[in-house]
Amino acid sequence: MDRGEGNRHKTFTRRAALLAGGKLSLAAVLMGRMYYLQVLESDQYQMLAEENRISMRLLAPPRGLVMDRFGRELASNRQNYRVVLIAEQTNGVAETLDRLARVIPITPHQRRRVLREVMRKRPFVPVKVAENLTWEQFARINVLLPDLPGVQPDVGEGRHYPVGLETAHIVGYVSSVSEADLTGDPLLELPGFRIGKNGIEKIFDETLRGKAGNSRVEVNAYGREIRELARQDGQPGDDVVLTIDADLQEKISRRLADESAAAVVMDIHQGEILAMVSAPSYDPNAFNLGMSTKAWHALVQHPRKPLINKAIAGQYPPGSTFKMIVALAAMEAGVAGPGHQVFCNGVIKLSNTKFHCWRHRYGGHGWVDMKQSIAQSCDIYFYDLARRLGVDRIGDMARRFGLGEALGVELLGEQDGLVPSKDWKLAVTGVPWQLGETLITGIGQAYLLITPLQLAVMTARLANGGLAVTPRLSRHQVPARPGDAMTPASPEAIGVSATHLRVITDAMEEVVNGERGTARKYKLGEGLPFKMAGKTGTAQVRRISKAERKAGGKLAKETPWRERDHALFTAFAPVGAPRYATAVVVEHGGSGTYAAKLTKDIMTDVLLLDPLAHSALGRET
Amino acid sequence: MTLGSPMGRQVDLTLLQKLVQINWLLIVLISLIACVGFAMLYSAANGHIDPWASRQMIRYGAGLVLMLLIALIDIRAWLRHAYLIYAAALVLLIAVELIGVVGMGAQRWVDLGLFQLQPSEVMKIALVLALARFYHGTSLEEVGRIRWLVVPVALILVPVALVMRQPDLGTAILLLATATAILLLAGVRLWKFAVLFGTILAAIPIAWRFMLHGYQKDRVLTYLNPERDPLGAGYHIMQSKIALGSGGLFGKGFMQGTQSHLAFLPERQTDFIFTMLAEEFGLIGCLGLLSLYILVIVYGYAIALRCRNQFGRLLAAGMITTFFLYVFINMAMVMGLIPVVGVPLPLVSYGGTSMMSLLIGFGLILSVHVHRDVVIPRRPGYGS
Repeated sequence: MDRGEGNRHKTFTRRAALLAGGKLSLAAVLMGRMYYLQVLESDQYQMLAEENRISMRLLAPPRGLVMDRFGRELASNRQNYRVVLIAEQTNGVAETLDRLARVIPITPHQRRRVLREVMRKRPFVPVKVAENLTWEQFARINVLLPDLPGVQPDVGEGRHYPVGLETAHIVGYVSSVSEADLTGDPLLELPGFRIGKNGIEKIFDETLRGKAGNSRVEVNAYGREIRELARQDGQPGDDVVLTIDADLQEKISRRLADESAAAVVMDIHQGEILAMVSAPSYDPNAFNLGMSTKAWHALVQHPRKPLINKAIAGQYPPGSTFKMIVALAAMEAGVAGPGHQVFCNGVIKLSNTKFHCWRHRYGGHGWVDMKQSIAQSCDIYFYDLARRLGVDRIGDMARRFGLGEALGVELLGEQDGLVPSKDWKLAVTGVPWQLGETLITGIGQAYLLITPLQLAVMTARLANGGLAVTPRLSRHQVPARPGDAMTPASPEAIGVSATHLRVITDAMEEVVNGERGTARKYKLGEGLPFKMAGKTGTAQVRRISKAERKAGGKLAKETPWRERDHALFTAFAPVGAPRYATAVVVEHGGSGTYAAKLTKDIMTDVLLLDPLAHSALGRET
Repeated sequence: MTLGSPMGRQVDLTLLQKLVQINWLLIVLISLIACVGFAMLYSAANGHIDPWASRQMIRYGAGLVLMLLIALIDIRAWLRHAYLIYAAALVLLIAVELIGVVGMGAQRWVDLGLFQLQPSEVMKIALVLALARFYHGTSLEEVGRIRWLVVPVALILVPVALVMRQPDLGTAILLLATATAILLLAGVRLWKFAVLFGTILAAIPIAWRFMLHGYQKDRVLTYLNPERDPLGAGYHIMQSKIALGSGGLFGKGFMQGTQSHLAFLPERQTDFIFTMLAEEFGLIGCLGLLSLYILVIVYGYAIALRCRNQFGRLLAAGMITTFFLYVFINMAMVMGLIPVVGVPLPLVSYGGTSMMSLLIGFGLILSVHVHRDVVIPRRPGYGS
């Protein structure tokens, strides 16, 4: 017994030593592993741990401002008061929304969206409930905050257009980034980031956008931010200064009122556009606040097309405003001089077709020379010039004055207009050019199409002595001091005779100031020591039937709006030392004299706002 | 019953004498380890005593009392009731099959109304008791015979199979390894272990196909190649290694572990608590804790070797082996040496059941120490 017990004890001791040896070697393996992980590989794991916990967050830079030529803000950043909800801090999301709804209006749609987002996101991620709150609503939420657990008031930055309606077509608007906008700039992937979608906001988007800043934050495994470790502020976007005078822009907008119209005012030497109005307009702030589908459809389907910038995208037959080009082409080609006379009895015949003068009911204009043909807008005279010139020589001159091709102004959607030629017609329609088409091209009809901006540029080039000035909307920088002028643009000479140009501008002066001028009723007011020169144009929207002509023309009041002629008037002022050119087009405005009437008021506004005119008026600048 | 031992030393002690005999230094060591656990649980709760550290302290306190009570119970009582305890544990294991509550994807608890009992934990003790009793009653010659292996192998395989079915791979490995160690200590011939290992190696492909559950296979595959699923199954191992490695030599400082405090580390208060310690105290802290464990194990061996009865020797050595296996499996697991099996770090990880069973185990070891000089006859009715 004892011996057996002793043997067992000895065996146990031997085996225990064996087992202990095994355990010690396993413990050695553990220590080796610790040494390997914590000493040999430690650097790599330290790096991985840092990568785990540190996350880079982008910070959106403030967007640059858009200002008018005097530094007035046209697009600015406004504090956007909003309210967010953090699900994990509420006592039930639905109940919190109910309470919040007693303070600010929450639509069922918003409510559904919030509940859906809360389900999808982690409970500590803030979910937006409402934005663009008024200060009063925002203040009320702040006061009631103790009773609204999980609700957080928040101030973001939103785009605001202080002038709004009047500059909408120029400044454009910003909106959420769409899939197609992504360029790899990480800023664009920030939730809630806005990108320029139209106008200056779009063209100068990269200038205005700025550079993203970043913030290094410590995050946990679920992505919750624990604290900020370092922060590098971004570079704010640069401001863009426009050539626009917002005051003038507002005045012209009021003058155009409810018309479907466009007006352009530009500096004839620099090409700076002082005003570019397209009516009716829309409120760009509505795009920011979130527009209902209904409101959007109303805008899109509006018969007067408020979303279209008619000054650059509206294309109209120039009508009689084109006659300066035909007359200049005739003189330059040597087919007719200023003294060339034509007898107008109201109608001429070409083969079997009759071509009428607008005055044919009164028996025509009688004998007219070049100056009077423009002043009185005699069509017969220009049928004659057109026949002598041919369409291609007319077209060449038109193109040299900026027609038929987009001028490259800093906006989207500028149209080319159309200046026809024989080759063009054959290529497009397959039918050869007809002489009759040459005749009506002479009075600015047929295939001719121009934009209001092109019309203003044409007049500017006529008035500035034949320099190919191009229109500009941006100055890029505010001049450092008020006296500092921008480096003057030096446009190239078109290469037409100054004498011939003089004939044309004199004739345009006669249109407004001559006894028989078509716009003689719309001389600038008595108080202004300036004269305006211009040209009316009435663009036919459809063919006038024989019956109508017999009936003695149309009575504007009875004609449906859509069938009325477009009214055009282009002008420059002051006569003698011209500085400004204008173009006004009123869709279905009836007759060019209506546009002349508007132009008189617009030009008065322009001259009254002009600092040089102040001295002439004896006022203080 | 009142006589002294043949060596002349008193074996039947009074309660006071027993208390004096208790190895208090071992209790100090155990308490030191438990205190490391409290500190880590305090850190895991970001510097709060609630919810983990406080409850762990209460459990440890209760466990300590239980441990002392068990230490005072006569070793012969444990011998007498060893099979009964084993049978009870087996019944509980079967009960878990029938009425078990599914938790953590595995059937491991029996709801006894007042508390939830984990029969596999009870079995860790019961199996050691049963095997110790069996080999206490077996002579060295008998141990050498193959037919004497039938009973112990049955005693081992039945609970192991039941635990595997739950499925609880960690406990099954623990039971099997502890039992193997007892067989080794009892004197089973070494060539038989060679045969056993050969069989196990041959059985691996079969086990792979028929016995392992999908998630267990997943863990093995992920262990072999953690990059297989870096965001899923491999995530835990990867994050644990990052935490350990980034701790470096001296660690990031108490409560400064970024991996643990930013929740990259999974289950930082339970199975991965060692990782947290490694991140905050570095290699120095790891070696410190490992040294404490080794000291406890050395004490366990000393107690076993000094014991004058085979039952006590096997019981103490078996319990200390279980303790060692806990430490090894947990540390090897969090360091990516072996697959993730749910084994806690003894006395440190948060959790009541393992704390209780471990302290009961130490109670038995202390009981062996207190009754080290008791000579128990091999078979009842024999000898003195």
